[in-house]
Amino acid sequence: MVTHNIRIHRHSIRPAVVQTTPPLPSALRSVGNLLNSFLEWFGELGLFVWQVMRAAVRRPFEGRELLRQLDELGSKSMPLIALAGAAIGAVLALETRSSLVRFGAKSMLPAAIVFSIIHETGPVVTGLVVSGRVGAGIGAELGSMKVTEQIDAIEASGVNPYKFLAFTRIVACILVLPLLTVAADFCGVMVGWISSTLVEPISFLKFINQGLAGTSFSDFLAPTFRTAVFGLIIGTIGCFQGMRTQGGTEGVGRSATSSVVLSSLLVILADVILVKLILVFFP
Amino acid sequence: MMQPEQAVLAGVEETGISPAPESSPGKSGAPAVILQGLHKSFGNQIVLDGIDLTVKSGETLAMLGRSGTGKSVLLKLIIGLQQPDSGSICINEQEIVGLPIDAMNQLRKKMGFLFQHAALYDSLTVEQNIAFPLKRHTKMTENEQTTRVKELLAGVGMEAELKKMPSDLSGGMQKRVGLARALALEPGILLLDEPTAGLDPITSGEIDELILKLQEEHDMASIVVTHDLHSAKTIADRLALLHEGRVVIEGTFSELENSTDQFVSEFLKRDS
Ligand SMILES: Nc1ncnc2c1ncn2[C@@H]1O[C@H](COP(=O)(O)OP(=O)(O)OP(=O)(O)O)[C@@H](O)[C@H]1O
Ligand SMILES: [Mg+2]
Repeated sequence: MVTHNIRIHRHSIRPAVVQTTPPLPSALRSVGNLLNSFLEWFGELGLFVWQVMRAAVRRPFEGRELLRQLDELGSKSMPLIALAGAAIGAVLALETRSSLVRFGAKSMLPAAIVFSIIHETGPVVTGLVVSGRVGAGIGAELGSMKVTEQIDAIEASGVNPYKFLAFTRIVACILVLPLLTVAADFCGVMVGWISSTLVEPISFLKFINQGLAGTSFSDFLAPTFRTAVFGLIIGTIGCFQGMRTQGGTEGVGRSATSSVVLSSLLVILADVILVKLILVFFP
Repeated sequence: MMQPEQAVLAGVEETGISPAPESSPGKSGAPAVILQGLHKSFGNQIVLDGIDLTVKSGETLAMLGRSGTGKSVLLKLIIGLQQPDSGSICINEQEIVGLPIDAMNQLRKKMGFLFQHAALYDSLTVEQNIAFPLKRHTKMTENEQTTRVKELLAGVGMEAELKKMPSDLSGGMQKRVGLARALALEPGILLLDEPTAGLDPITSGEIDELILKLQEEHDMASIVVTHDLHSAKTIADRLALLHEGRVVIEGTFSELENSTDQFVSEFLKRDS
């Protein structure tokens, strides 16, 4: 038999911790709480971004997982994006026609459709649709991994979850959004042309030539690459909300919802800021 | 990784003294896990209130205690999933409190962890779950991985369920896959959170045998959280009983049985 000392520790009785919160009017307190939790959220987000960035510069680079995410977030969003692009093409063609006819500027129709899609509608609709599909997907997936301790299990096996889970998804979002935007633009313009030509026949070449008249390549480039920023937002918010999930299944639902809501809001906000910036740099 | 001569030398510890003196440092009898003055609270709930424990290579410590006393928290502190409020944790003579994540991850490769609820990756099959650590940390080919996975699954009696998804397994089966995953890299330190909970007596017995066998073969240091006194008696060299944040008693099973402490005898009374 192993000879060991038996150790008996007696436990002392601990004094109860006394809560001392100064009395405050409840309205003031709830505003305070809100501000507090916002600051807390912001701080945590900063910490999260820092962790991801630190993980990002270290090996291994998780190429295989990145490819998987490109497929999961990119290829599988394609049908939805194509549909959304087609819808805005059709709506723009029909809506714009009636306004332009009223102002006697019907010949401007192709330009109005193409310019509007490439410049604003295509990127923003892509950003919002991806916020919905991918934001919810990432939030729910990572959220349920968190509450079932799978993220802990990844960490326990010596793999950095900030890189393996978060970094790969964020990079995939950044890469995929400009491509999806191009797809949305393409579908939008195609359907715009089809809708126009159904009402009043016009050849595709003529439509495109008129549509692109007076636009340069940078008119296309800046708005399209602006969506990389949307990708950064969607990926970061989705991963952050997912990985900080607490409170079981309900928490997973909350994470999915909050990643969609927050990433949509931030995409719109970023859009406003970026449009302003792009106007400054590419007048 | 596995040294056959070690398997013979590192037999059942009879004396508590290192049975394989010529082996490399860190093996056989060297302290693998040293905990000193560990404190951990959540909010104003004090969970661990000064834990001191040492587990040597080749030794199994069974961790007992009532539900909610912080046994799982203690294991998570040891593998660095949570940080203690104060105190020190030494793994293979390296302090891990405040250790940078890369160094911690190096250490974690030598540790196997079984979660209380298995925590299998639910988007991966059983096979991929166990291959995950192999893929990440070894240079094995696909074939070698498959062989190793099959061998590990056979060890826990799950070789038939290779292609199943974790959600299609029973709780006990998930637990066994989790155990196989924890063993994949032949860890030097094994942390098991209730390996036999939810298993029938026969399977529990088989898991106990497996743990004993591995301990003899690989000279592992194990900490096994368990509510199963019978299993604790079988596999553990020493037992530690956690109560109100402290180790109330630590010793062999018979030492615990002979204790006059009221809580200890009450704890052991139910089953015996
Ligand atoms: N992340 C956490 N946040 C807040 N409290 C926690 C957290 N993790 C554990 N606790 C608390 O710590 C205490 C100990 O929990 P722990 O899971 O370690 O118990 P246990 O000894 O493993 O119990 P069981 O035998 O039932 O598994 C519990 O009161 C639990 O509520
Ligand atoms: Mg537990």
